[in-house]
Amino acid sequence: MPTVMTEGKAILIDKSGGMEAAGRRRARRRREFVIEGGLLLAALVSVATTVTILAVLLFESLGFFEIVSLLDFFTDTLWTPLFDDPHYGILPLLAGTVVTSVVGLLVAIPVGTVSAIYLSEFASPRMREIIKPTLELLGAVPTVVYGYFALLVVTPALQLLWPDLPGFNMLGPGIVIGIMILPLVISLSEDAMRAVPMVLREGSYAMGATHLETAWRVVVPAATSGIVAAYVLGVSRAVGETMVVAIAAGQNPNLTWNPMEPAATITAYIVQVALGDLPHGSIGYRSIFAAGLVLAVMTFAFNILGHVMRKRFREVY
Amino acid sequence: MARPVDGPYIDSAGRGDWPKPLKAETCELSFYYGTRLVLKRVSVPIAECNITALIGPSGCGKSTFLRCFNRMHDLYPGTRYEGAIVLYPDSRNILDREVDPIEVRMRLAMVFQKPNPFPKSVYENVAYGLRVRGVKDRRAIDEKVEQALRSAALWEEVKDRLSALGTSLSGGQQQRLCIARALATDPELLLLDEPTSALDPIATASIEELLQDLKRRVTILIVTHNMQQAARISDWTAFMYLGELVEFGPTKRLFTTPAKKQTEDYITGRFG
Repeated sequence: MPTVMTEGKAILIDKSGGMEAAGRRRARRRREFVIEGGLLLAALVSVATTVTILAVLLFESLGFFEIVSLLDFFTDTLWTPLFDDPHYGILPLLAGTVVTSVVGLLVAIPVGTVSAIYLSEFASPRMREIIKPTLELLGAVPTVVYGYFALLVVTPALQLLWPDLPGFNMLGPGIVIGIMILPLVISLSEDAMRAVPMVLREGSYAMGATHLETAWRVVVPAATSGIVAAYVLGVSRAVGETMVVAIAAGQNPNLTWNPMEPAATITAYIVQVALGDLPHGSIGYRSIFAAGLVLAVMTFAFNILGHVMRKRFREVY
Repeated sequence: MARPVDGPYIDSAGRGDWPKPLKAETCELSFYYGTRLVLKRVSVPIAECNITALIGPSGCGKSTFLRCFNRMHDLYPGTRYEGAIVLYPDSRNILDREVDPIEVRMRLAMVFQKPNPFPKSVYENVAYGLRVRGVKDRRAIDEKVEQALRSAALWEEVKDRLSALGTSLSGGQQQRLCIARALATDPELLLLDEPTSALDPIATASIEELLQDLKRRVTILIVTHNMQQAARISDWTAFMYLGELVEFGPTKRLFTTPAKKQTEDYITGRFG
């Protein structure tokens, strides 16, 4: 009898214990579910924003392209949407964007690559500790400040060299854009170089190579795809840069490939027009979105390209 | 530095089986990582055109020892050498402060544990040492590359894809590519740091065979964790333990009648 009793009791205790555990488990699962949902929502905010922006751009541009044919948009050499005789050729704006970005890259790529090589291969840890935060500071300067830096410092300095250079031109802002994207280019290429395994460097040294030969002939080639990815992301940043060009490049759409001339970029046009009082739904208003869509497609393409390159470089080792 | 006195370098078994002629020898070589002493007065002779194997359990300092020869430790801060490594025939102490490590590395070559081909073509991998030495003549480079690839028994496999990336070869081929790279500059001494530990048995066999072939022309110093490998391929063996040289001797003798108890325990698999 006592044995049965104990057995029964034992079973009972076990059961209630099991039930309690199940309850706890359910509560935990509920809590986890809520937290997970919250995290998912937070993550979805950025996705939703991107999707919404693209949707709005597309929707408003559709209205624009109902009036302006795609052919005119891409072949007309004038961009005068607010004139009595409106022309809607994106080429002048595109040229402005391309020229300022190219000037920026001509500054950022050589300076950035050399700096990254220095930081990754030559700088002492202490030197790196000083330089890296300074570079990050460069990235924290508001773009308006860069704009006036281009207008009031860089352009006048360039005018010392070329007195004919107009006060508004694409060269000055282009150079400043280059300086702006330097931190990005440097830090991404430096990461790529530091990811090169030490055993490759040792292999080079063992062949009798010098420090410089090792950096240049082994480390840089080994990090190529990462470095190129850094350039590509730099391009997409340069293409999207707004304030500097709006302030210092002049705001008249001008189809020219000469950086010494003033011109407007896609982004500059957008701020310029958006600041005026355009009636909602007018063609001028919609032209903003068409220009924005071109810009979005460009930066999007460069971003994807950059990420593809980065992925490829990760797979090397 | 003059040739060190013969004094401390007696055969540990006292049998007089001392290699001759020498390509190199270490004289009371000690090495520090910071304040930690990892090599303790190691004296080993390296016989010319022979294979000398360094064996010992992990962490015994055999790789550290090997890397002293091409001054690899100079790349890292806080390392210090003591004693001497003398390279013959010029009897030069390559650890001397006045000796430029690059000059030393120009005379030696090294093959690493993990194949480390550069992210360049097969051809450029092998040509690397020549380019670093300032060789410009295309025909001379072509010739050397082919010769080195033949010596590394890789030529037949890669002659049609010299422009393919070195990293696209198989593991065994990559390691032979690294050997070709090392041979292209006609090194006086070839250092191998566990060159087959990342390879399968077939690739290992082909590299062992290759080393037998190479030793006619070049002195080889090889670190291996694999005792059978040391017994198979080497002429001389040094057994190290806890940063010290326990025993050195002709491979056959060391593996059949070790003079020290520790050596016997290790080669019979009682520890390590």
